Amino acid sequence: MRGTTRVKWIAGASMIALAATACGGGDSGGGSGLPAGYYSASSTEPQNLLQPANANETGGFYPLSMMFRGLYTYDAKTGQVVPAMAESWTTTDNQNYTVKLKTGWTFHNGEPVNAKSYVDAWNWGALSTNKQLNSTWFQPIVGYDDVHPAEGEPKAKTMSGLQVVDDTTFTIKLTQPISAFQAQMGYTPFMPLPQAFYADPAKFGEKPVGNGPFQLDEKNGGWERKKSITVKKYDKYTGTDAAKSDGVRLVFYTTYDAAYTALRDNKLDVIDQIPVSAVGSFQQDLGNRAIVQPQLTIQKIGFPLYDAGWGTPGAAKVRQGLSMAINREEITKALYKGMEQPAVDWLAPGVPGHMDVCGETCKYDPAKAKALIAEGGGIPGGKLTIATNADGPHREWVTAVCNSINTALGSQACEPKLYPEFSVARKDITDKKMTGAYRTGWKADYPFPDNFLNDIYRTGAASNDSGYSNANFDNLAKQAQAAPNEAAALQLWQQAEKQLTQDLPSIPLWYYVTKAGSSTKVSNVSFDVFGNPEFTEVTVNK
Amino acid sequence: MGRYVVRRLLQMIPVFLGTTFLIYFMVYQLGGDPISAMFGDKAADPVFVRQMREEYHLNDPLIVQYWYYLTGLLTGDFGTSFSGIPVADELKRAFPISIRLALIAFAIEIVVGVGAGLLAGLRRGKFADSVVLVTTLIVISIPVFVLGYVVQYWLGLKWQLFPATATPGDPTWEDLILPGIVLGSLSLAFVARLTRTSIAENMRADFVRTATAKGLPRRRVVTVHLLRNSLIPVVTFLGADLGALMAGAIVTEGIFNVDGVGRLIYLAVTKHENATVVGAVAALVIVYLVMNLIVDLLYAVLDPRIRYA
Repeated sequence: MRGTTRVKWIAGASMIALAATACGGGDSGGGSGLPAGYYSASSTEPQNLLQPANANETGGFYPLSMMFRGLYTYDAKTGQVVPAMAESWTTTDNQNYTVKLKTGWTFHNGEPVNAKSYVDAWNWGALSTNKQLNSTWFQPIVGYDDVHPAEGEPKAKTMSGLQVVDDTTFTIKLTQPISAFQAQMGYTPFMPLPQAFYADPAKFGEKPVGNGPFQLDEKNGGWERKKSITVKKYDKYTGTDAAKSDGVRLVFYTTYDAAYTALRDNKLDVIDQIPVSAVGSFQQDLGNRAIVQPQLTIQKIGFPLYDAGWGTPGAAKVRQGLSMAINREEITKALYKGMEQPAVDWLAPGVPGHMDVCGETCKYDPAKAKALIAEGGGIPGGKLTIATNADGPHREWVTAVCNSINTALGSQACEPKLYPEFSVARKDITDKKMTGAYRTGWKADYPFPDNFLNDIYRTGAASNDSGYSNANFDNLAKQAQAAPNEAAALQLWQQAEKQLTQDLPSIPLWYYVTKAGSSTKVSNVSFDVFGNPEFTEVTVNK
Repeated sequence: MGRYVVRRLLQMIPVFLGTTFLIYFMVYQLGGDPISAMFGDKAADPVFVRQMREEYHLNDPLIVQYWYYLTGLLTGDFGTSFSGIPVADELKRAFPISIRLALIAFAIEIVVGVGAGLLAGLRRGKFADSVVLVTTLIVISIPVFVLGYVVQYWLGLKWQLFPATATPGDPTWEDLILPGIVLGSLSLAFVARLTRTSIAENMRADFVRTATAKGLPRRRVVTVHLLRNSLIPVVTFLGADLGALMAGAIVTEGIFNVDGVGRLIYLAVTKHENATVVGAVAALVIVYLVMNLIVDLLYAVLDPRIRYA
């Protein structure tokens, strides 16, 4: 989920501002006026209209994922793709796909979902003049450059790589083989749209009509700006993941502190994130209603390899030394009560291919750290700064990492560099103007190594902020993407990760876990590996 | 009097222009690219960024951007946020909430603050005076968020006297009582102390002695002569405070889940949404200016010696 983290950071910022002992409790709140059989869950106001290709934050993603279903969904436990609307997905070369749809699916307005519903929706989402945040997801499809040119007006309205064959069949042609393309099909940009959408996309964005297990409940408010979104169970839903409650109200709280207070007071039923102030106490407060589950998110420290000091061959040794000077065990124990797991690779637990490739480079060893840094010619400039935005919850751990490095090296070489806020830090990073290290994180868009490796470390990749470029890695990544089967692909990705261990363009730190909770009014509350609540599974206690 | 008011209203125009430009300038100076930041840690789509930057005139120099904003303002257009919501709608939603919260805090401040100040001033050096002084000292020393959480825990959760968190998006009057108490408490302490000092001073004033010598009942001496003349510094403080109550409530708003102006401005600043920040702050500036005018006019009512030509 692109940028999900950003929204949580904003909320995190207000949490930090308020950080104090969390007390709880109260009356009134989200529960008021909730129809029987419905439950409430914390969320945030969607940043944009509810159009499938236009949500890259939790606030927009939650309602879209409840009201829409695409070809595939993800297994909550493993993150692997499982068919939703796809009857079959066939390819011989990972470049030309034939998709067959299941029949019997309908949109909430009764319109049947067919091949055209998909092809039209994707074309609309890719067209640059429609200004969809997630347009780039369609980039691999042939004809994307015509509908989304880098300069000027689009030359076409549809991508030639998408063809409707018949009512239930369409074909996709990519510009190059991508073995993980199927794994992306569960993400919201690839959802189908009813024909009613095109009449007035803006109005539709306020009152979306999807094909998912929930439909907008206008009778009980629908989307009330800055307040809540209410959805109800779609009775004619054909998928296997039908809702087990009558409906859900997503309630927008100003801070996670306030939401947590409301939860403890039974005014809110599901909270998707525990405020920083309560991380130490929530398991005690909530007892068996506290939820701790792994999620596909990794925290790292990135380096500007385009910088003269950090771009030298010797600097790789320095980075390895720094990595070994960070006591991950101790930091996660102190800051996160040991719930976060120290990292051993650049993926995350639950991503296929995840294994310990970093080895001793990611283990705390102050003696070896010192030796390696000396061998590499010392820290460039004699000083290591780790940049972070001060308006989020990252400042604490950056300080802890610096303390760890300073203790291990017996010097005062490391210090945090604070940016006033996120967008300022982000601009320096994307403009490649960093001179020191910076914090960086990654949350899976889809659970496959491509997303964690190819999209970040391949030469020229869109999110390659460090400017890392290695011919061997590029070669392995290309082979892995074109690999005939998953096992072969995973093996190649692991080799590629070995290359990362040598060059260490970024230092893996730890993987995050979902920390959440529920009220006494609901049961079966669980979260998927992306950290999102499984909205369909929750049941309301009678 | 009429001419004075007109003159003051006209003076508001340059002040308004100056403040809006300053705020515009300050948000502009933050740097960073708000559009790229919409993509979080991921790479931004350059085509999207280009289109949005053109649409919101972000590539133009500051002065041109400000000009677009001002001309829009003249036609009643407050601009739109990056997510396409008219700023006017945002203001219409947030201001009533903050105004209600500020009024509750304000009422508590006046009733309790002036009451306690009067009591302490009249009984200077006695037990009641000491109680007021010590309590207000404590209130002044406690950070707002500590007070907020303590009040929320005891009055809201433990004793269930008031709602602990407000209804999301649409707080009722009842929801706003606790945040109102917390928000008003600091100013309440100032008001009480100001009133106390002022009362204590005026107790020895000639007009009080005269009123007492005339044989007026004590109640009339205190309320009409003593209190009325002692309120001038308090009214000055209260006038400036109403604006502060509306804009400076971000911590309290966060604890009690009140989605008001403070939070609107905070979020808009983090997103560099110039139109929203300037719109909200400009409205607050007007509140300040109008309150100042009212305070100045009140001086004449409270103290007959003051006249405006």
